[in-house]
Amino acid sequence: MAGRRLASAALLTLLLAVAVAPLSSAVRPVSDAHRSAAAELFAPSADGSFGDLESTYEAVRMFQILGLDKDKSLTGTVCKFAAEKLASPASALAKDLFHAVRISGALGCSVDPGVYNGVVARLKAVIKDTNSLLEFYYSVGGLLSIKEQGNNVIISDAESTFHAIKALSQSDGRWRYDTNSAESSTFAAGIALEALAGVVSLADAEVDQSMIGVVKNNIMKLFDTIKSYDDGTFYFDEKHVDANEYKGPITTSASVVRGVVSFGSVASGKLDIPGEKILGLAKFFLNIGLPGSSKDCFNQIEALSILENNRLFVPLILSLPSKVFSLTSKDQLKVEVTTVFGSAAPPLKVNLVQVLGSDSKVITSENKELQFDHDNNVHYLDIAPLKIDVGKYSLVFEISLQEPEHETAYATGGRNTENVFVTGVIKVDKAEIGISDNDAGAVESVQKLDLLLKDTKVSLSANHLQKLRLSFQLTTPLGKTFKPHQVFLKLKHESKVEHLFVVPGSARQFKIVLVEYHPHPLLQFTLLVFSVIVLCSLNHDANRTNKDFLGLVEKLYYLSGRYDLELAVGDAVMENSFLRALGHLELDLPEAPEKAPRPPAQAVDPFSKFGPKAEISHIFRPAAFASLFHAGIGAVLLLYVLFWVKLDLFTTLKYLGFLGIFLVFVGHRALSYLSSASAKQKTA
Amino acid sequence: MPRATSDARLLIQSLSKAYAATPTNLKIIDLYVVFAVATALIQVAYMGLVGTFPFNSFLSGVLSCIGTAVLAVCLRIQVNKDNKEFKDLPPERAFADFVLCNLVLHLVIMNFLG
Repeated sequence: MAGRRLASAALLTLLLAVAVAPLSSAVRPVSDAHRSAAAELFAPSADGSFGDLESTYEAVRMFQILGLDKDKSLTGTVCKFAAEKLASPASALAKDLFHAVRISGALGCSVDPGVYNGVVARLKAVIKDTNSLLEFYYSVGGLLSIKEQGNNVIISDAESTFHAIKALSQSDGRWRYDTNSAESSTFAAGIALEALAGVVSLADAEVDQSMIGVVKNNIMKLFDTIKSYDDGTFYFDEKHVDANEYKGPITTSASVVRGVVSFGSVASGKLDIPGEKILGLAKFFLNIGLPGSSKDCFNQIEALSILENNRLFVPLILSLPSKVFSLTSKDQLKVEVTTVFGSAAPPLKVNLVQVLGSDSKVITSENKELQFDHDNNVHYLDIAPLKIDVGKYSLVFEISLQEPEHETAYATGGRNTENVFVTGVIKVDKAEIGISDNDAGAVESVQKLDLLLKDTKVSLSANHLQKLRLSFQLTTPLGKTFKPHQVFLKLKHESKVEHLFVVPGSARQFKIVLVEYHPHPLLQFTLLVFSVIVLCSLNHDANRTNKDFLGLVEKLYYLSGRYDLELAVGDAVMENSFLRALGHLELDLPEAPEKAPRPPAQAVDPFSKFGPKAEISHIFRPAAFASLFHAGIGAVLLLYVLFWVKLDLFTTLKYLGFLGIFLVFVGHRALSYLSSASAKQKTA
Repeated sequence: MPRATSDARLLIQSLSKAYAATPTNLKIIDLYVVFAVATALIQVAYMGLVGTFPFNSFLSGVLSCIGTAVLAVCLRIQVNKDNKEFKDLPPERAFADFVLCNLVLHLVIMNFLG
């Protein structure tokens, strides 16, 4: 008994958790949860390596951005790994040199200047000879990283390199990978913009401003292809070109963010991208939550770190540390406005503009300003004065920046909507249980129950002529009547046969009437009405609605004896959902007639209903109609040949009539069978 | 600098790649249309060689080829899943129409053939 109760209580808490869980996947800034997920995803293997050069660079960069600790020996191993690749640049691929140089830069490895000279010479040679976008990207990126490590690197004919990369662009803002390929891709556009930004940084003289202007136009066209979800997130995705080459929205969006932000920082003047798109991209990356693969994690974190302090718009994220507010513990509404990495935002005001209930019903439209707690960097508001009852609500917030010059530097998204739960203790009182003789009669023995106590041990007995009445009241903390999501009464017989009665939620009072009905006409039993009525009155009005369920005694399988009574009342916003044993009921039912249904055998293994079912074998209708159809058409054509050779028109038309009717019938059957088969395939 | 021939080659390549993506049933219908038009051309060439007598036979032959090609094009339009106008028309119904119209056409041309 206790075990069952525990399981049911666990079920109720699980229900609460599941109801709240969808809210927990909403936007939160990068936090320690991300850091531990990244540490797990990028854990080195036993010998201290992270895989190939690209994976090693991703791991190193993750450690750098997230500030994860790594031990010194690992740094040494990785530096040596990179140095090996840099040792012989003449034979190495530009891609390998690119990753190796960046690893050395991120870890701060000490590299011999002579080594770098060799690498620089090799990368410059690649730039001169190639016309592939990826080769340009790797070589320019490698040179840029070498320059950032303190060496002096210049590209001599930067304009022609710029022009060569730009020539691969398409009119819709996407880029091709090289002059021979016809397909363009958004991911390639991100790479190209990064490469162009690198070229501008490495140029010895200033690049022609008109060319930069053309690239800015390309960026605007690229942003026209952006996609969005309803909640204001924006992302980039490719058309599905090739299953092997499809990179997915996370990789594509990250590539575009890298390219656009790096180009925006080298180009003079500001790019004309609306702040809501930058914010939408940030929200897209944050909405991923904790990514499952190392590539997604790398793209997410790197894109967010680039968006954290970019020259265009810094996105500010509004998030709620907790989405459940308890009226009992007088929780305050707390709101955080931070950058994507959780750093403090500039001075701003947060206003609660609207509170919407379920079905978007407006609860209140008062504009309330939230107060700011400097020490914890949180905006808070007492919700008690708002007189909000328990339930699920949408809160609409509006952020306004204090200083006007921040309007062009930060993207706040205007109005933000968040879903929250307000929970409270539901008062359960006026609980009564008793047996009465008939519908209108007085209740004989009423026992008051205290449903807040653990177990009540009521002992009742009834026969098939009497009724059981149970009633109680549920009130919210603000005094309104409460209709919970679940109100169940369970009757369990000694033989473990259970009956669950769901109390329907619409009417004020609920009655279940069990009527005994003897189906055997030979036995001349009169119709005896036996009612066991279960009432759950939810307020003072005795508004009765009768519902007769014929044969509910049959449902009880005519089992007389002792029944355990259990009452379960639960809801997501009810802090004191309960499952109570009420006591026992001795039921005295008449004998079962011969043909009465037997109670089902109680399954030994409760999960056996999930086991394999009987195998279904399909019977294929013979496609005879198809061959008849073809034979019919052949017969018509033969008729035409005969018509040409010897028959006259009217005989032909007569035979054509007969054949036509036959053909229409057969054809209709054949084609409708075919169309239903294909429709079934489509829906299957 | 891309040259004109490589442009044309690119164009043909992209066209053939796009055509390769069309479903098989549409390609079969296209093949049938090509066959019908080719038969018509052969008949015209034969007429050019042999002369126009009997002209009704020539007309009947050529028009039967052109007629069946037109009906096949109609079938292709109706069966093509990318065509939004005929989204609700089941392709079996379109095929039944095609068969019926072809039978009527051939009756007429058999009459006209003489």
